[in-house]
Amino acid sequence: MQALTNRSKVVVKKQMNFWERIYLPAILGGIVITIKHLFRKSSTVKYPETKREISQIWRGQHVLKRDEHGAERCTACGLCAVACPAEAITMVAAERVKGEEKLYREEKYASTYEINMLRCIFCGLCEEACPKEAIFLTDRILPTDYGRGEFVFGKDKLVEPVDERVDVTVRQTAAVLEFKKHKQYSHNK
Amino acid sequence: MTLNLFYFLSFVAIFASLLVVFSKSPVHSVLYLIVAFFAIGGHYLLLNAEFLFIVHIIVYAGAIMVLFLYVIMLLNLNEESEPHKSNLLKFAAAIAGGLLLLILVASLKGVDQLPAATMQHDVGYVKKLGHVLFTEYLLPFEITSVLLLAAMVGAVMLGKPEKYNKG
Amino acid sequence: MISFFIYKAILVVGIFAITLFVAAYSTYAERKVAAFLQDRVGPDRAGPFGMFQPLADGLKFMMKEEIIPDFANKFLFILGPSIAMMTALMAGVVIPWGNSLVIDGKQYFLQIADLNVGILYVFAVVSIGVYGIMIGGWASNNKFSLLGAIRASAQMISYEIAMGLSIIALIITTGTLSLREISLLQTGGVGGHWNFWNVVYQPVGFIIFLICAFAETNRTPFDLPECETELVGGYHTEYSSMKLALYLFAEYINMFISSAVISTLYFGGFNFPFMNDLGLDQNTITILGTLFFFAKITFFIFFFMWIRWTIPRFRYDQLMNLGWKALIPLAVINIFITGLVIIIKTHYLN
Repeated sequence: MQALTNRSKVVVKKQMNFWERIYLPAILGGIVITIKHLFRKSSTVKYPETKREISQIWRGQHVLKRDEHGAERCTACGLCAVACPAEAITMVAAERVKGEEKLYREEKYASTYEINMLRCIFCGLCEEACPKEAIFLTDRILPTDYGRGEFVFGKDKLVEPVDERVDVTVRQTAAVLEFKKHKQYSHNK
Repeated sequence: MTLNLFYFLSFVAIFASLLVVFSKSPVHSVLYLIVAFFAIGGHYLLLNAEFLFIVHIIVYAGAIMVLFLYVIMLLNLNEESEPHKSNLLKFAAAIAGGLLLLILVASLKGVDQLPAATMQHDVGYVKKLGHVLFTEYLLPFEITSVLLLAAMVGAVMLGKPEKYNKG
Repeated sequence: MISFFIYKAILVVGIFAITLFVAAYSTYAERKVAAFLQDRVGPDRAGPFGMFQPLADGLKFMMKEEIIPDFANKFLFILGPSIAMMTALMAGVVIPWGNSLVIDGKQYFLQIADLNVGILYVFAVVSIGVYGIMIGGWASNNKFSLLGAIRASAQMISYEIAMGLSIIALIITTGTLSLREISLLQTGGVGGHWNFWNVVYQPVGFIIFLICAFAETNRTPFDLPECETELVGGYHTEYSSMKLALYLFAEYINMFISSAVISTLYFGGFNFPFMNDLGLDQNTITILGTLFFFAKITFFIFFFMWIRWTIPRFRYDQLMNLGWKALIPLAVINIFITGLVIIIKTHYLN
């Protein structure tokens, strides 16, 4: 039969010659290869002490941002939940009452906001969908746990503390910054 | 000291040998037989025969009994699978054992008239033993080796596939 | 008389301690060597460079739950690892760890007992050692354990023959069975007494012995009795806690003793080149010689590990073929050639 490609190989049962049959040269070759590895630099990264360099746009644990006055930016519009391909985000919206202006930026806010980190695929689509610059993926590595329940992150773990802001400037791309200059958009008012 | 040791070893050897016969499980029999071999090896040591002791341990305890154990384990013999012995067989075994005892007693009868062996310190040493084997007892030694060779060839023949055994 | 007992007691306790120490650190070395040969780091959490790893492992073994299967034969189940450990420790008795030390005009040999059948004693102990594996494997009442035990026994018997035959050729050249005398015959030094190590006279015997040593200690590529891919854990499938540790420890002690025997028989034992030309006194030479001996042992232990992480496991029929159809005939031919050369040398050349 004509071979259609030139990649096929004809299998031959080759008779081994004397040196191949006594194995010893092959074994010597093998131990030379392994001893060479003894002098090679190990490729291990000792994790807790040294951390492997990660990308600038590494997508790790999420953060719900506050604005410069410390009010939550999220308005519970649900666009992130719609955008999420893994169906990891749920939220319950609530109306801001009088006296809470310091806490929430707009009249509507999320009373609960949960991300199931076991479902999340860290694609960053929520961040892209958010019209209020409220959710960002940061360079923090998600902590592990023994139970599944602990992986459903509520607002207590997602919202950034007032006195401990999470820096997301690297995530705000040039296009975003350009967009923010236009004061006529409601987002930037 | 030596006498006490002798009695102790003899007791162990006889006791273990009895257990070989009386224990129900074949594996236990083999293990008791190993103990008996060690006790007998101890007797060699008492006679200053280091070489014989070591060879006894290597060959009997270390090789032959391992093979016994191997076969018993491979066939998975245990108490349940032991075939029932008929009375005729037991009768025949008793007669054969009795005859062996008779011969032993007869051969041991005149033993006190033999000249006592002069005890040499180096009697069991390898050099001495080798010298005796290859001068005085050369013919029996060679005959034994031929016998062993024949046994080996026979074993190889039995191990070969059936078609080679025809004719 | 009292001083004799004290000297022997110190020697026994010392060698016992060193053996256990080396075996414990062999486990650490095994993991480190494996890591280095695979471009990894290996255990490095317990102490500096993971030096206390063996202690942590030992502690872990002791804390583990002791499990004896319901249908196991309890007495034999415990006897198995005991025999394995005991025989492994026994072989160290006849090894000459060094030449003699002279203290206050008295000569003290660094050897527990110089039997005139020394090398055969090692063989006897090794051949008894297989009972530890067989009894343990059978008493577990587990198919995989039993298969492991059967494999171990068949393998050990097969390779003991080739090993014995390779030793016979060596004994023909040295003319003695005592390990101390074999060591002394290889004394090095230019000043009139220059003796080569036995490996120069017996290269083929050495290779056969080395291969058989691998098989006898159940090390890769001959570790079929505990072959994980086929037999779960082999003969120690049912073992846990300290009993398992005894089996694993026995393997490392066997490796240590094998390395010591190889060094003694073929690599000059406690001798080192030019030892008589440095103008040192007897005690210094002895201590240096002991250090050299341990250096050789360390190299061979490393070699055992090196091979383990290089060559994959043999198939069982390949193992038997190698033992019976390659090594035994080769060893017999080696004996014939050695005998022939000796006859020619003694009768026709002088």
